[in-house]
Amino acid sequence: MKTLNINSPLTDEQIEELSCGDYVLITGTIYSARDAAHKRMYEALEKGEELPFDIKGITVYYMGPTPPRPGNVIGSAGPTTSGRMDKYTPLLLSRGIKAMIGKGKRSEKVTEAMIENHCVYMAAVGGAGALLSKSITSSEVIAYDDLGTEAVRRMEVKDFPAVVAIDCRGNCIYK
Amino acid sequence: MREITCKKITAAVKELCIEAAYYLPEDMKESLRRMEENEEHALGKKVLGDLLKNLEIAEKDMIPICQDTGMAVFFIELGQDVHITGGDLEEAVNRGVAEGYNEGYLRKSVVKDPLERENTKDNTPAIIHLKMVPGEGFKITLAPKGFGSENMSRVIMLKPADGYEGIKKAVVDTIISAGANACPPMFVGVGIGGDFELCALMAKHALTLEEQDMEHAPEYARRLAEEIKEEANRSGIGPAGLGGGSTVTGVRIETYPTHIAGLPVGVNICCHANRHASKEI
Ligand code: SF4
Repeated sequence: MKTLNINSPLTDEQIEELSCGDYVLITGTIYSARDAAHKRMYEALEKGEELPFDIKGITVYYMGPTPPRPGNVIGSAGPTTSGRMDKYTPLLLSRGIKAMIGKGKRSEKVTEAMIENHCVYMAAVGGAGALLSKSITSSEVIAYDDLGTEAVRRMEVKDFPAVVAIDCRGNCIYK
Repeated sequence: MREITCKKITAAVKELCIEAAYYLPEDMKESLRRMEENEEHALGKKVLGDLLKNLEIAEKDMIPICQDTGMAVFFIELGQDVHITGGDLEEAVNRGVAEGYNEGYLRKSVVKDPLERENTKDNTPAIIHLKMVPGEGFKITLAPKGFGSENMSRVIMLKPADGYEGIKKAVVDTIISAGANACPPMFVGVGIGGDFELCALMAKHALTLEEQDMEHAPEYARRLAEEIKEEANRSGIGPAGLGGGSTVTGVRIETYPTHIAGLPVGVNICCHANRHASKEI
């Protein structure tokens, strides 16, 4: 089991280095977005509107946390099923999202878009939300506040554990 | 006739919501520990270790086991000699859910309408399955259900000729297609017989059973549960779907008489976070 320390946002060279099955510890900035936020981003882009934040080069985490207890930066914060985002993903990758964190398989279309746009998809352990929350050092809602748990958050993470599930060449761990 | 106030019911529901989100039942924890000891796949073993650590952190630091604290599903056994006072039962349960999810720092995951999808912001309404039983008891069980695994569940209307092997195949296929989405190692509830909706309801209820509860099930059901587990664990899906021999921690089966023309099978997939809690009032 190869372990790599990587920084987010990821550089193209970093993405190139990652292979399906690698264990990674992510440090840097990531953004949470799940079903409702994806739908909004997608519809805005389709209409030719600007997004409320810049998605160029970012890492997106499919996650909607529990509310934090006073004194904590975030509540339980594990991945949700990525497949529900598949419909929206190819467009978002073509507009700049470089890395995704979630759980479970992706569609053929997503894999093709990943190869085309040189992206990586990583899996975090589903159901380990309490443990994963310990790697999140700050969290701030930056868009779609009305969506509650589904709002977009900018988060700083330190040594956030994940496994490369689909690399930029399209190799998939679930196959 | 025994009287139970709605206030008491609300208070019990609130406590159950909080308890279930932070503390996994001991038998679930034990089966995870056993799987971790026996897992040979390096990454699979690491994931299981993380899941055990996750449970410790949840209890110690009061962070929910999983961020999907679920839709609140209740099984209520209401004694027919009980009189509920001071309001209506459904409202009392929903008030308890709202209080528990708010005060327990749990996620509000319910939308008002399946298409318009506006969040109700207090995790209500709950789903309540009420059963009248003889006597003066009142037992309430909460099984909060996350939808990563719920989405992978199925009802299959088999033919009587499909028999034992047909059921086994249908359940194993459902488990395999659930894969990583259901946060394996999974826990699987199966309902065999009844009709379309009852087999699904039995499958859900089966998730709340402990191993010894299966002693009352027919002999074939216990054998089937074992064989499904063994076959699923040979699939290679493994913890978090990243590979290994620990795909299913347990299978529970309930059965009911059915029609001469049918063999309904419900498969309710649950993740390793098979949360539930019970109280008697
Ligand atoms: S399937 Fe279970 S463990 Fe996985 S995210 Fe949903 S509730 Fe949590």
